Amino acid sequence: MERGTREYALWSIGIVVVLVFALIPVLWLVSVSLKPPESIADGNFLPTEISFENYESLFEGGIDESPFIKPLINSILIALSTTVIAIVLASFTAYAIARLEFPGKRVILAGALAIAMFPPISTVGPLFDMWREIGLYDTYLGLIIPYLTFSLPLAIYALVAFFREIPWELEQAAQVDGATPFQAFTKVIVPLAAPGMFTAAILVFIFAWNDFLFAISLTSTDASRTVPASLAFFTGESSFTEPTGSIAAAAVVVTVPIIVFVLFFQRRIVSGLTAGAVKG
Amino acid sequence: MAEITLDGITKVFPDGQEAVKQMDLEIGDGEFMILVGPSGCGKSTALRMIAGLEDITEGELKIGGEVVNDRAPKDRDIAMVFQNYALYPHMTVRGNMGFALKLAGVDSGEIDRKVEDAAETLDLTQHLDRRPANLSGGQRQRVAMGRAIVRDPKAFLMDEPLSNLDAKLRVQMRTEVARLQSRLETTTVYVTHDQVEAMTLGERVAVMRAGELQQVGPPAELYDEPRNLFVAGFIGSPAMNFMPAELHDGKVKLPIGEVEAPEGVRANGDGRVVAGLRPEAFEDAEIVGDLKQERGVVIEAEVDLVESLGSDLYAYFHVESEGVESEQLADLAEESIGETGAAGLREGEEQIVARLDPASRIKRRDRAQLWADTSKLHFFDPKSGDRLRPAS
Repeated sequence: MERGTREYALWSIGIVVVLVFALIPVLWLVSVSLKPPESIADGNFLPTEISFENYESLFEGGIDESPFIKPLINSILIALSTTVIAIVLASFTAYAIARLEFPGKRVILAGALAIAMFPPISTVGPLFDMWREIGLYDTYLGLIIPYLTFSLPLAIYALVAFFREIPWELEQAAQVDGATPFQAFTKVIVPLAAPGMFTAAILVFIFAWNDFLFAISLTSTDASRTVPASLAFFTGESSFTEPTGSIAAAAVVVTVPIIVFVLFFQRRIVSGLTAGAVKG
Repeated sequence: MAEITLDGITKVFPDGQEAVKQMDLEIGDGEFMILVGPSGCGKSTALRMIAGLEDITEGELKIGGEVVNDRAPKDRDIAMVFQNYALYPHMTVRGNMGFALKLAGVDSGEIDRKVEDAAETLDLTQHLDRRPANLSGGQRQRVAMGRAIVRDPKAFLMDEPLSNLDAKLRVQMRTEVARLQSRLETTTVYVTHDQVEAMTLGERVAVMRAGELQQVGPPAELYDEPRNLFVAGFIGSPAMNFMPAELHDGKVKLPIGEVEAPEGVRANGDGRVVAGLRPEAFEDAEIVGDLKQERGVVIEAEVDLVESLGSDLYAYFHVESEGVESEQLADLAEESIGETGAAGLREGEEQIVARLDPASRIKRRDRAQLWADTSKLHFFDPKSGDRLRPAS
């Protein structure tokens, strides 16, 4: 009993330390974003006076004037498209890999792993040239394609593991019940693999949302520039003010969708959904 | 309603393993056919080929007179109950049972009516809106059955549907399944490794070994006239006792004594044979009257163990014998060694199980007089394992 309590206390302390370590920069960011521009460098951790001026400046002037709204829309659309395409493609691929024996299966898996390990920086140069040549430079597609390249292997690996867990009999039962292979997949396998799909979706979304390297290299205007890249182009009120406050505010704003996304899907990422399918 | 015909059905897996060899079987309309055999004998593979879940390498499969070799499972109009039930965990009992009808485009009122009918038959009405995870093993099993019966398919295929239940529930569901089948009169193919289940359920039983059909017939026929050593040893519990025998001058010399060889066996000429005698052919000599004793032999043996089940009494004893060597029996030994406890025997001894009248007062370590009804002896060819029968 005593030992249990002590262990519990030690764990609690450990968790608190990790939490503080992880959250202080975030709190700092929030604090900076809430300071009025004049007091940004006042050295206080907590703002003495709370102002939303930085946030207002982000959205000032509507879609045409604001340096932030268009990149935000770009970010959302690009990350969502990447996620949807990646999950659809990855679930088909993963399903085939988990269920079928076909020549080249190992090659596909090994290839996917190799691509995931490939340093993105080494592809940026060639992509820049290629995209300019074929007109994909500074377009949504120009970003979605490299994002898919790097996030698909991740999604495939996550989903293969998930599909393998689903008893094959369920699908056979569906087929005997009169389902086509596609119906068996969509009506039985997909609902059961939903937690895995949401997990993969979150991973892909975060990858695409957070990317800076491709965004800064393959875009040149607000036509397709995403938030992480656009932050680098923020300017202050005048050429003498540092844009620190608005960058902090923008950083807070782009963090919110991720938190919402995770919280929203977290409820679905419950394990044990397959409980009761087979003898327990 | 349909008959199922297997004509030379063969399954060879990609790794070269031949799971089912040239299987011919006719299952009549409305018949309850059991496929039974030890694990790995190909019975499940055969069933899965009928279902369409496994490709047929060779041969022809007909359901209701139509060749269905190349039809997808969904186009065969059959329902299957899986060993692990394979219920859809994300659907309620109602959803599980109505899934096939929904796929078939039946309107929802009709689905509800059929599902509720089936639920009533299976006593699941109050569980219709629960999910499989919240049901007991027996209830899950009934949902799996319900999913099959709502569709009113041409045939039911059941793959060891009761093997995940505990012993008591299994017996209860066994009668349930039999009653359901006789009421619906739907052609049913039922796979099991349990010969008791096979004997009690089936109208006809097909015994399989190593991918080959050994014998097909009504339970009583398999029991009384097994075609070979394997069937003789597999059907019946406790299993038939086997002992080596020597045929010479019209007499058979057995470890338990010498008897007159029956007509048909004598015709096979002198030589070694395998003799088999079921446990119930033995009796306590004290209980058997003198009159009956003339028909058999009386042996004296030390009783190793007595098991009293109330209605029956099993006495285990051993006789001097060099044992019976047969590939067919070796296949069975793996499964039965645990059951009979034959493992503790010394070289040169053969264990015999006798089923005696519970009134017998035989005790462990007694030297008892046991009578054996030698008219019930079966004789087999030691090489082929085939039963030697009267030449007709």
